[in-house]
Amino acid sequence: MAHILLRHRDIPDIHKLEVYKKNGGFAAFQNAVTRMKPNEVTEVVKNSGLRGRGGAGFPTGMKWSFIDNKNWPHYVVANADESEPGTFKDREIMESNPFQFLEGVAIASYAVGANAAYVYLRGEFWQIAAFLDEKIAEMEAAGYLGKNLFGTDYSLKIYTHLGAGAYICGEETAMLESIEGKRGQPRVRPPFPPSYGLYGKPTIVNNVETLTNVPLILANGAEWYKSMGTADSAGVKIFSLSGRVRKPGNYELPFGTTFRELIYTYGGGVQDSRKVKAIMPAGASSSLILVDDEKVLDTPMDYASVRTLGADLGSASVIVIDDTVSMDWLINKTVHFFRHESCGKCTPCREGTYWMSHLTERIHEGRATRADVDLLLNVAKQMQGKCLCALGEFSTMAVVTGIERFRQDFDKVVKA
Amino acid sequence: MAKQVTLTIDGKQVTVPEGTLVADAAKMAGIDIPVFCHHPKLEPVGMCRMCLVEIGRPVRDRATGQFVMENGAPKIQFMPKLETACTNKVEEGMVVLTRSQKAVEGQKGTIEFLLTSHPLDCPICDKGGECPLQNLTVAYGPGKSRFLYDEKMHLDKQVPLGELIWLDRERCIQCARCIRFQNEIAGDPVIGFDERGRATQIVSFSDPGFDSVFSGNTTDICPVGALTTSDFRFGARPWELQAHASICTQCPVGCNTTLNTRREAKSGGRIVVKRVMPRQNEDVNEIWICDKGRFAYHYTEGKQRLTRPMIRKDGKLTRASWDAATKLAAENFQKAKKNFVILASGRLSNEDLFNLKSLAEHADGKAYIYSHMGGGELTSLVGVGEGTNFGSMGAGTTIVVVASDLYEEAPVWYLRIKQAAARGANLIVMNARETKLDRYASFTVRYAYGDEVKAVSDLAKKGKIGDTFLKSENAVILYGSDGLGVSGSAALASACAKLLHDNGFTGRPNNGLIGVWGRANDQGAWEMGFEVEEDLAKAFKGKTVYIAGADPVADDPKLAKALEGAEFVAVQDVMTTATTEIADVVLPAQAFTEREGTLTSGERRVQRFYPAVPVTGEAKADFAITSQIARHMGIVLEGTSVSAVFDILAASVKSFEGLTYARLAEVRPQWPIVGRSDLYYGGTTYENTQGMGAQLSAAAGRGEKVSIPKVEKEALVRPKEKELLAVPVTKLYDRGTTILPSELLHERIGEAKVILHPETAKSLGVEEDQKVSVSFNGVNGEAAVKLTDTISVGVALIPRSMGLAIREPVAVKVK
Repeated sequence: MAHILLRHRDIPDIHKLEVYKKNGGFAAFQNAVTRMKPNEVTEVVKNSGLRGRGGAGFPTGMKWSFIDNKNWPHYVVANADESEPGTFKDREIMESNPFQFLEGVAIASYAVGANAAYVYLRGEFWQIAAFLDEKIAEMEAAGYLGKNLFGTDYSLKIYTHLGAGAYICGEETAMLESIEGKRGQPRVRPPFPPSYGLYGKPTIVNNVETLTNVPLILANGAEWYKSMGTADSAGVKIFSLSGRVRKPGNYELPFGTTFRELIYTYGGGVQDSRKVKAIMPAGASSSLILVDDEKVLDTPMDYASVRTLGADLGSASVIVIDDTVSMDWLINKTVHFFRHESCGKCTPCREGTYWMSHLTERIHEGRATRADVDLLLNVAKQMQGKCLCALGEFSTMAVVTGIERFRQDFDKVVKA
Repeated sequence: MAKQVTLTIDGKQVTVPEGTLVADAAKMAGIDIPVFCHHPKLEPVGMCRMCLVEIGRPVRDRATGQFVMENGAPKIQFMPKLETACTNKVEEGMVVLTRSQKAVEGQKGTIEFLLTSHPLDCPICDKGGECPLQNLTVAYGPGKSRFLYDEKMHLDKQVPLGELIWLDRERCIQCARCIRFQNEIAGDPVIGFDERGRATQIVSFSDPGFDSVFSGNTTDICPVGALTTSDFRFGARPWELQAHASICTQCPVGCNTTLNTRREAKSGGRIVVKRVMPRQNEDVNEIWICDKGRFAYHYTEGKQRLTRPMIRKDGKLTRASWDAATKLAAENFQKAKKNFVILASGRLSNEDLFNLKSLAEHADGKAYIYSHMGGGELTSLVGVGEGTNFGSMGAGTTIVVVASDLYEEAPVWYLRIKQAAARGANLIVMNARETKLDRYASFTVRYAYGDEVKAVSDLAKKGKIGDTFLKSENAVILYGSDGLGVSGSAALASACAKLLHDNGFTGRPNNGLIGVWGRANDQGAWEMGFEVEEDLAKAFKGKTVYIAGADPVADDPKLAKALEGAEFVAVQDVMTTATTEIADVVLPAQAFTEREGTLTSGERRVQRFYPAVPVTGEAKADFAITSQIARHMGIVLEGTSVSAVFDILAASVKSFEGLTYARLAEVRPQWPIVGRSDLYYGGTTYENTQGMGAQLSAAAGRGEKVSIPKVEKEALVRPKEKELLAVPVTKLYDRGTTILPSELLHERIGEAKVILHPETAKSLGVEEDQKVSVSFNGVNGEAAVKLTDTISVGVALIPRSMGLAIREPVAVKVK
């Protein structure tokens, strides 16, 4: 099947404006601006069943319809922070199929009445930002961005903005603070960005992959998109596969593809032909899926099915863990990551990740007792549901599921 | 009135205004929800997670919008997670559970988390005993730690944010109250967070460090012992301290304060003031004070205090009895007849000033107020009256500030006017130079020094600014003396009074004229009928002079010379000054910390202060000294009881009519609720239990016919070639007698300065910080050059009370 998002794999040089145009590029945007009302665009996206690809899976069209039309101006912000460990899909899109992404930004902007859109990239993506700036300039020169587009009174500017290396800036409100030039710390929600966003104005924040779907949905219709994937999770998804697999990488597949297909058909199977022990479907923020039964691997990868395994699909950054890995090592890694990235704004996350990191370290180094493992589980649970944003919550996922589902790994390393 | 919303908190029905936060609604109903980061005067941030509660909301039918009923009551749906009471606004029918098992677990968890990195140094922590974290730990904490002591993070414990405020990084719980106070309330965003996660720390990014005149307030609202003042740190334990209500005597705002005292060995077993804290008065200073008010009290305890009366014998001041000293003064005063002159300052209380004025009247003498500023008759006539409160000003009110840098002259007014502007008040700032308040102004009017009167007279004609002013419901004008002397400020006052009077902005609350005086009770002196004399040197020459609370000899060589030629000089003061040194009789007065009395603020609020420490030596209260002298002259003035003087004064001074000493001690409930049992909102601010004072009436408010004297234009100073126009300006920290003894402020005070535009400096061939000689009107002095491009070219600003005796605009030579 031809790619929908990673189209550069099928069409060489699609990062060149002429090639992109020749392959139908910007037709959807032009059609929207010249022939459709903004809310009609939103309606198509809503009907397509497209859900946010950043991790939360919120219906995109519905988010767009929440924009507060009593308060102006409006903004669109593309979340290109891609900071979740194990996630590397947005990077490939922006590097190789940039115009489709930027056209998505443009269509979203038209749909919500924004005349300015920002692409927020993590600091390490400075080369991509420079590349996107070139592409934006090309679009401006070709009349796809700027004033009075296609002879209408609609105008749009797109700006890139680099972060400074904080994981938390992938959280939408921390990202907005960062664009405003403040410390990247999340805001209390509600209010949500569609009513109070960038500079306090109604703002739609969407992930790069989400927006990259939009031009083809508009070109081919909602029904076409819905025909792919499952009833609950329409369309295709880029699965960033990593961990103990032979062929890690991005794989664009319809929702509902099974873990087994991803790992064995596309990923070439587990290194050294070992057994899959666990799967982290959403990067470091994942709950650990226990693969104690081969049938687990036959679970279709869509939002609802993955939930039956006690985990969320999230950004679909599938990290495969085999039986060479002990979970005390793994959660020590994830907890240290979150401790390092905790912004320090709220107490449970700031103090909890610090506390947990000491416990996981002691456990992993064999300096702990069984009671410490219980304490770790208790501390993690004490954090859950108390934090200001999702980061603190995420830091507990692997800990809680790791201890509850792989207790034997811990018992092996603790002192008697 | 805002729409009212009814909700249930812990089974109790609570009705509060729409928009109230759940935490505040609970507090109003007498239910304490513990908080750290939340403060009713700051925007909610929900970061400490201490106020976690269960919140249920009534389910509404989507189609009809009506409540869905269940067993005769609205069906309540609780959220699966705990929510923060400080970020959620009340909703009709909401049900809040603050003590459910789930909520209690959540609160306990937050305390446990906070304590994992908090040091165990309560026994040596200044906050211990008045610490919200300590109190909430006892009330809501788990009681036992599960965190290994060895794994505690250790951080720097003595980090100076500036020379006034210290940070203990270990104690900080990152609630950001201090940062938010500086950003939102003070408008001096000079501190912020650096680093992240557990390493997050407060840093100052200004030079000098923590460059804000409100910095001390952050130590009050800090819910732990992270921020302390260099004045009080390691000074005493809170439970050893006594609290005494007082009024700040440093400026005309009249901030309510509490003096904390202790009897201590290191002070020789004496009872001394350990610190000055704000005392809540939402009509005056809310829960804030400026750093000058907090730190400049040390003059009351200094070595230079006068302890006994003295008489000049054979050219030397020698110890005398009260009887002998007052008798000698009385004899000379009597002998002088019409040549008797009293000079008193606004450092004295209303009662002191009343007795002095009465003495002058009975003895046929003159009573002058020692001030560089005129126009006080007008603030009695069309001054703001009862019910005036910056805290109630918002849309519809115009506030005009003219010839004053409020941040430097009356910081808490600056702060409250800034807040009023944020609420929608129309703020017009008129000055010859840029001031901090400009940032919050709706309109800024810039004039040249000398054009103040014209600028005010033309205001109403000035297009959009004039329209906005004229269309306001209320208007107040605060006028000052930036670049003005006595006659200049009097002329300006007259122009302001006329503008207000002609347009009906008098005689109502939130309308009228306010003087930005140099001293705390200048307004009181004006109410008593004191006058200002522009040429004091002339007024002293050959006269018998009675000086109370003023140091003209140190301030001005011309006045020193004039007093040399005086017939007889009696000086009454709390401390040795250059003026007491030349006196024939020296009468030691009690400091405000040692006695009671009342002061009249610039907003014409009369407020009581109370004794906090024992009397120094044989010092007496000023009103009593005056009474004793008067008695020798056969004049009866009340001299034993302040309240009796106040009653007589209230019966004879019209604006005080109807006031009683007792009424000044009345209090009423205030929001936010602060106090000793509840440290969450006030921090270490004191609850007001000893009086919020009462405002005077103005003639216009009493319905008297008011006529404003014609504006007299001051002759413009015209600098000749090689001269500059030098104007006096006021700085918060100067070398005045009530500030200089506080050594911790010396870095902020600095040296004598002359402030120039870079271009002026260039044409004079001088550079920043260069020492130059400054001469005018026979005054010669040295000063350091400071450059700023916020003033006009060709003008030299000379701060008052910094060593160069400038009283009014003059032509100056700078070399």
